Amino acid sequence: MTDLLTLSGVHTHIGRYHILQGIDLAVPQGQVTMLLGRNGAGKTTTLRTIMGLWQASSGEISLAGQRIESRATPDIARLGVGYVPESMAVFSDLTVKENLILAARDAALDDKQLEWIFGFFPALRRFWLSRAGSLSGGQKQMLSIARAIIEPRKLLLIDEPTKGLAPAIVMALIECLREIKRKGATILLVEQNFFAARELGDNVLVMDNGTIVHRGEMAALAADVPLQERLLGLSLEAHQ
Amino acid sequence: MTDLAATDPLPKPKRDIAPILLPIALALLMIPLIGSTSSWLTLTAASLAMGMMIFIMASGLTLVFGLMDVLNFGHGAFIAVGAYVATLVLAPFAASIQADSLWMNLAVLAPAALLSMAVSGALGLVVERVLILPVYGQHLKQILMTTGGLIVAEQTLYALWGPQIIPMPLPASLRGSFILGEVAIAKYRVLAMLIGLAIFIAIQLVLNRSKLGLLIRAGVENREMVEALGYRIRRLFLGVFMTGSALAGLGGVMWALYREQVHASMSDELTVLIFVVVIIGGLGSIGGCFIGAILVAMVANYGGFLVPKLALVSNILLMVAILMWRPRGLYAVTSR
Repeated sequence: MTDLLTLSGVHTHIGRYHILQGIDLAVPQGQVTMLLGRNGAGKTTTLRTIMGLWQASSGEISLAGQRIESRATPDIARLGVGYVPESMAVFSDLTVKENLILAARDAALDDKQLEWIFGFFPALRRFWLSRAGSLSGGQKQMLSIARAIIEPRKLLLIDEPTKGLAPAIVMALIECLREIKRKGATILLVEQNFFAARELGDNVLVMDNGTIVHRGEMAALAADVPLQERLLGLSLEAHQ
Repeated sequence: MTDLAATDPLPKPKRDIAPILLPIALALLMIPLIGSTSSWLTLTAASLAMGMMIFIMASGLTLVFGLMDVLNFGHGAFIAVGAYVATLVLAPFAASIQADSLWMNLAVLAPAALLSMAVSGALGLVVERVLILPVYGQHLKQILMTTGGLIVAEQTLYALWGPQIIPMPLPASLRGSFILGEVAIAKYRVLAMLIGLAIFIAIQLVLNRSKLGLLIRAGVENREMVEALGYRIRRLFLGVFMTGSALAGLGGVMWALYREQVHASMSDELTVLIFVVVIIGGLGSIGGCFIGAILVAMVANYGGFLVPKLALVSNILLMVAILMWRPRGLYAVTSR
């Protein structure tokens, strides 16, 4: 399995804070790699650094063999990277349709792709012409993910998609991400919901204090309770 | 949290019409206070005309504030430069301006206005690249740089044209008034209203009916996410900045014709009004800017007529009242 994304010795400073302290990681093509860790470990910073939203102060980031650490965010996005931030960041003044038109960039909205998305998220069809600001939290998350997959992307960076959502919506999101995975997408997924992590993850990276402290298969971590407690301070079972 | 399977439709987006009703209510409230219907109509027409001119000048600034988070205290320079450029064009064609033919007047006035917009827009390009670009995200430095830029621009105008006031007479066909019964409404004010309204409609069409407009609206709300979707928002910033500068230039020409004079510090009296309009309208909101401009003009005109001593503070009082009602302005667009 080739690696689509690699980070090598990546450091990121935000102001005077040294957040990422030499990250080395690889995201294999066509797999879901979970990025776990306690709050403040540097997971979101890692995604934002890959996306170019915060500039890496040193180190190398490669996407499909191309160095991207000094590229601007729009260029990285146009290389085929979709980003779903923790805050969802839907454009609340725009309708659902307008949000997706912007996400499709130069292309027209593809009816087949839309139908596929509506299959998971029927609410988006129902509220097609409603302002995104009037959607519920779960519906905004659906829109945020739909925006990232409205066009085929090489890599999806998704930051805590299930945070604060009702169980029924979490299940719908898991099913959607599973389907995206089946279609061969490569995903780097930050997640605090261990049930979702176990359901979706092929590989796992665990962060602490701005470094990767564990890497391996998700199934192996899910089966090793003492390791979970050592790395994450609690067991996955406790959070199902 | 709404369940995925919930069948209840979302409430339709509420149209927030309270700010729209505000100037209407204010105008109606003034009828008994002013007493004379003809005076009220004249003051109202003057308010609308003045409001439209302020709107033209402020519309660019509100987008620059909202989209780019740039505090441009030098916006007034574009107003003054626009007016001065117009004098350059109009001076050699004084005979055409004073001819009693609307078409001859417009044949000179329209190119003068367009050239003013082009020069102000080009100056906007230089200012954005030289003064603003190095200080994006640094408000204090933006204030220092743009205030310095304004001082340099004013002093350059003094150096080139001298300290004297330059007359800029209205074209002959725009002098005088339309008489409706006992009410006289100046022709130029009607033209200003029409131009302001046309620009408001044009901006609304661009913002609401085009992909460019979608990008601007999205960028006002969350420019980082617009970039994460693959759009180079810096280019959009530059385009908006230049458009805002060009509109300020047009506003400068219109204001100079309204006052029938040009001077290097003409923007000083307008800058405070423009900032009041942008703040009470809500940063980045064209609709709020439009209503705010009308409110500011109404308060200035009605207030000047009823309580002249209050004129100096009336707009500040208006701003305080609006911000107590809606702390982020009439129509909040950004979270800033």
